[in-house]
Amino acid sequence: MPDASAISKPVAGYMAPPSRTADKAFEWLTLFMALTVVLLIVLVGWQLAAGSSGAIRKFGFGFLFSTQWDPVNEEYGALPFIYGTLVSSFLGLLIAVPLSIATAIYLTELAPRWLRQPIISLVEMLAAIPSVILGLWGIFVMVPWLQKYPFAWLKNPHHLGWLPLFRGPTYGVSLLAGGTIVAVMILPIITSLSREILVSVPNLQREAAYALGATRWEVTRIAVLSYAQRGLFGAIILGLGRALGETMAVTMVIGNRPVISASLLKPGYTLASVIANEFAEATTDTYLQALFEIGLVLFALTIVVNLIAQLLLMRFSGESLGRSVQ
Amino acid sequence: MEVTMIDNPVQNPQREQRAPAPAAIQPEEPPAFQVENLSVWYGKKQALFDVTTNIPSKTITAIIGPSGCGKSTFLRCLNRMHELVPSSRTEGSVRLFGQDLHARDTDASIVRRRVGMVFQKSNPFPTMSIGENVIVGLRLNGVRNRAILNERMEKALRMAALWDEVKNDLNRPGMSLSGGQQQRLCIARAVAVEPEVLLMDEPASALDPIATMKIEELTQQLKANYTIVIVTHNMQQASRVSDKTMFFYMGKLIEYGETKQMFFQPAEKKTEDYITGRFG
Ligand SMILES: Nc1ncnc2c1ncn2[C@@H]1O[C@H](COP(=O)(O)OP(=O)(O)OP(=O)(O)O)[C@@H](O)[C@H]1O
Ligand SMILES: [Mg+2]
Repeated sequence: MPDASAISKPVAGYMAPPSRTADKAFEWLTLFMALTVVLLIVLVGWQLAAGSSGAIRKFGFGFLFSTQWDPVNEEYGALPFIYGTLVSSFLGLLIAVPLSIATAIYLTELAPRWLRQPIISLVEMLAAIPSVILGLWGIFVMVPWLQKYPFAWLKNPHHLGWLPLFRGPTYGVSLLAGGTIVAVMILPIITSLSREILVSVPNLQREAAYALGATRWEVTRIAVLSYAQRGLFGAIILGLGRALGETMAVTMVIGNRPVISASLLKPGYTLASVIANEFAEATTDTYLQALFEIGLVLFALTIVVNLIAQLLLMRFSGESLGRSVQ
Repeated sequence: MEVTMIDNPVQNPQREQRAPAPAAIQPEEPPAFQVENLSVWYGKKQALFDVTTNIPSKTITAIIGPSGCGKSTFLRCLNRMHELVPSSRTEGSVRLFGQDLHARDTDASIVRRRVGMVFQKSNPFPTMSIGENVIVGLRLNGVRNRAILNERMEKALRMAALWDEVKNDLNRPGMSLSGGQQQRLCIARAVAVEPEVLLMDEPASALDPIATMKIEELTQQLKANYTIVIVTHNMQQASRVSDKTMFFYMGKLIEYGETKQMFFQPAEKKTEDYITGRFG
């Protein structure tokens, strides 16, 4: 029989009573930190809006839909940049997502143990390469190569050249080149996030599938990927966020021409690139305000894309959880 | 679809020359498992020492023993789940109705389709509905016919004593069930592919007494068609459900016999100490 008095007695004399002040202070501190982040976002948005107010007044909503970008005649429109940003980011995702997820699957499910860490380190090294270096590599190695092989193949009318997407003369620098470099830039983050998500899938899930006689691919499909789909989607969205704002390397290979052309082999321009390229030469107030507004558009675009992603995520997880048997 | 069987088990000539294992029990039917000189290592650490035994078919065999004595390891060798631990290594042989399960050219997937498994923690697939969870094994076996799938789904859920509770909610997520229901769902999932053997590793250890009782009743019903091997820490459970009991201690099979015999007059002192709870 344990001594009942020991339980009812408060803490021994030499122990301090539990501190509530530290608890409260901790709560306030973390709340303050969280609010700082929110405040920062609001502040950035507000600054951008303030900086571009002149242009907003002058061009109104037309700014978003105009394809003119003519500093000499003081005509500014964001559409080509929005187009270029969305297309190059989308192409980047299209190339990077399968590669990243396949790499992550290989690393968690298939690769022999001794090979895993070296590959992980390599992927992390790719993330550490400065953007401008990748851009240089893009100009001198990737673009000529793309021009010589994949582009030549794509625009051949016997292959895909009959599609408007792959028509016209090519110079190498292009939306597709921009998308490819974006892919290289977002590959590491999507890979390492996906890998972490796959690693966090409980082994019990895999064992459940193995015990049913599943092969490795089947285990990956029914136990790993379906368990991780939400997290993987989140990883892709984070990659997309990166892609939208990717500046330096893209600027160096996308061609920087504010035009909208159906062909992915033609040059384009992105929101981030135009700001980086033209800020220094923006001599008039309107020019500067237009660039600020481009910044505002990019800011809004990133937020909208993320919101859409959140909504999709909610719907998609709701659906997959209740997936019908019939 | 029927579970595929390999007709010509390749037999190791060396093993053929060896004298047959000293069978403790001689049932009329051939034994389901014949385990010969089975040893298992995880890296350098040996977890199982030279286990030789037969497990009769259509009976329930309980495996008891203190934590870490190799119960799960032994169980997992019976359907090659031990291979999932990369550092593991085995010696000796495990035969199921004569076929060498550990042979190099025996496909582990086929072994596991013949020898199903239920785990300590229930592990339904969270993105699948209740119904999908039951038939996922059939799907893996290429069964596409909706009528067959539905029929097997109902049969398996009835076997797992879960049908009445879920028949109107087959489309609900499997995770929406209670812990005990989830465990029975996992049993349904295992029996849906109609294996020959069902291995259960402490299937009721996380369940309340009523859910435990349901699972114990279930094992009694399944016994008619299946060979069941169940690991348990619960002596009462072992004595209630099983026909035979194996006692493992520090990686060795200490005693194996009729459950009644084992519990009333164990041959070994260690067994007696363990069963009566006198264990340091
Ligand atoms: N994956 C593993 N890697 C290394 N050693 C392991 C592994 N699994 C088990 N072991 C070791 O093998 C021995 C037997 O483990 P096993 O899991 O078979 O015990 P058990 O009898 O099932 O115990 P419990 O009752 O706690 O489940 C233990 O000493 C354990 O440390
Ligand atoms: Mg165990």
